[in-house]
Amino acid sequence: MTPTTAPERTTSRVTYDVVTRTIARTLGNPGRGYYLLLGTAVGLFAFGVICLLYLLRYGLGMAGYSMPTYWAIYITCFVFWVGIAHSGTLISAILFLFRSGWRTAVYRVAEIMTVFAVMTAGLFPLIHIGRQWFFYWLVPYPNERGLWPNFKSPLVWDEFAIGTYFTVSTCFLIMGLIPDIAAVRDVATGWRRKLYTLTAIGWRGTNEQWRHYRPAYLYLAALATPLVLSVHSVVSWDFAMAQVPAWHETLFAPYFVAGAIYSGCAMVITLLVPLRKLFRLEQLVTVHHFENLAKLCLLTGMIVCYAYSIENFVAWYGGPTPERQAFWYRAFGRFWWGGWTMNICNAFLPWLLWFKRVRTNITALFVIAFFVNLGMWMERFVIIAVHLAGEPFAPFVRAGYNATWADWGIMAGSFGWFFMWFLLFVKNFPSVSVAEVKEELPPPRRAAGKHA
Amino acid sequence: MSFPNPLARVFRPPPTPGVLAVFGHLDAAVDAVIALKRGGHQGFTVYSPLPRHELEHALDQPVSPVRMFTLIGGIAGCSIGAWVSLYMSYDWPVQVGGKTIGSIPPYVVIMFEMTVLFGALTTLLGIGFNVLLAATHRGTIAYDPRFSNDKFGIFVPVAAAQSGPVETLLKGCGADEVRRA
Repeated sequence: MTPTTAPERTTSRVTYDVVTRTIARTLGNPGRGYYLLLGTAVGLFAFGVICLLYLLRYGLGMAGYSMPTYWAIYITCFVFWVGIAHSGTLISAILFLFRSGWRTAVYRVAEIMTVFAVMTAGLFPLIHIGRQWFFYWLVPYPNERGLWPNFKSPLVWDEFAIGTYFTVSTCFLIMGLIPDIAAVRDVATGWRRKLYTLTAIGWRGTNEQWRHYRPAYLYLAALATPLVLSVHSVVSWDFAMAQVPAWHETLFAPYFVAGAIYSGCAMVITLLVPLRKLFRLEQLVTVHHFENLAKLCLLTGMIVCYAYSIENFVAWYGGPTPERQAFWYRAFGRFWWGGWTMNICNAFLPWLLWFKRVRTNITALFVIAFFVNLGMWMERFVIIAVHLAGEPFAPFVRAGYNATWADWGIMAGSFGWFFMWFLLFVKNFPSVSVAEVKEELPPPRRAAGKHA
Repeated sequence: MSFPNPLARVFRPPPTPGVLAVFGHLDAAVDAVIALKRGGHQGFTVYSPLPRHELEHALDQPVSPVRMFTLIGGIAGCSIGAWVSLYMSYDWPVQVGGKTIGSIPPYVVIMFEMTVLFGALTTLLGIGFNVLLAATHRGTIAYDPRFSNDKFGIFVPVAAAQSGPVETLLKGCGADEVRRA
């Protein structure tokens, strides 16, 4: 059982009934602001689809690739979205094992974000391969030529890691949702009642159901915890296993994991601030929750800052010329703006979070989180596209890289796709956990009066 | 004229007769569980909008078998991961850079991912077996929508003729409402 937080930290004068009603209200009409956001997301997604169709019609030549930069915006977006997906399982699984009570109000948003971010990430390898209709070649299946995938390749590890992460994150989200859907089912009417009756799959909160549910949730959390750390490590090995300057680093796995959690927490703040306003969740999601998310950002931001420092130091101190040239190119080459954007947004900006006044100011947090998202996207762009474009091996490969409007359009479309699913989901299913928020409240007892 | 329908009993079983009590307070529900157990009542169902350790202690139920599903799934996943990567390597042997054909260290990644994947899926399967299949007969016992909101509940299966003492016991423990179902 999770320990009870002080009432002023969660909410004051909140009862079980208030929790159910507040969360059930988010499923009603959310107002014009919501539809404006949804419309923008759908518009961006539609633009992305047009760009993708253009790419399909004319081939990968439209993707702005030029020797040796064959991994660029699509792989950048893939790594970015996988990174975004990380904090969801961190908040829902790792903090569950640590019995951090504050997670209850925010973990559902983080989990929803995780599932849709992995879904978005999964699109990019398919777009990147060019002939999308042959995507099933990635899967090990018996074929007439007796070919199997190369299991020593980090790309195959990645396929297994992302597939597992998507499946386990989805299981985790669904598991947590079942008791909450049952709670909103019992106060819903009309077609929603039918939908929730179907999706609650017979949940009634009986002692027998909780008896199996509780340990199952714990085991899923225990399985998901090492998974969180492994997935982005595996993604980092896509680069670290290659003999490319500034990629071939043993530092990459912890560096990527910290960066992923950092960007994920920033995205949770970015999503939670407007959601809290739109759905009037101020009573359940308080400044205390934002402050704790900011502390997570601060911790992981400091690790990222350390990783940036150490990789620059090692490039200088280690001495290999290609390594030095790669880092020089990152800072002062053609894409200097990318390198400095990532340094300022990811390594310098989180220092502001040392101040409690900043951590407890929701507007300031929203602005910082936005820039951290920007910085983390740029970090992946710098690692992938800039380091390939600046490969100091031979002059003939110095063709650089010029992204096309189709590249930018597909990237924008991925944001539209992500936000569209996210907004549709939070409008139709509980975006805050009903049962777990109640666990944080003192139960009604006869002796001390109701909710004393 | 109506024809006999042998499947009706399976898909639309008749309601189980019994007594349903609604509790506004957790400690009252816990007292009622203890009193029912002392009175020799078995097979009663406790409803709760959230898991509470006070109820778990009072009920003292056996440990859930879901953990065995997780363990078996995890071991199966790890074995399948090892088998898939080793078998496929030797079935299509390509020597790269003098490395071993079936090399364990890189395959640990596959084995780990498959352990987690199968462990998670069999955990869900365990929940399915233990909770959802049990819910088919549980649909015949009385329920109140307030049990998912802010009330605790107890349903005691008992024939109408013997329900009097049970109703008295539940009221005595502090039930807000007691009704025959």
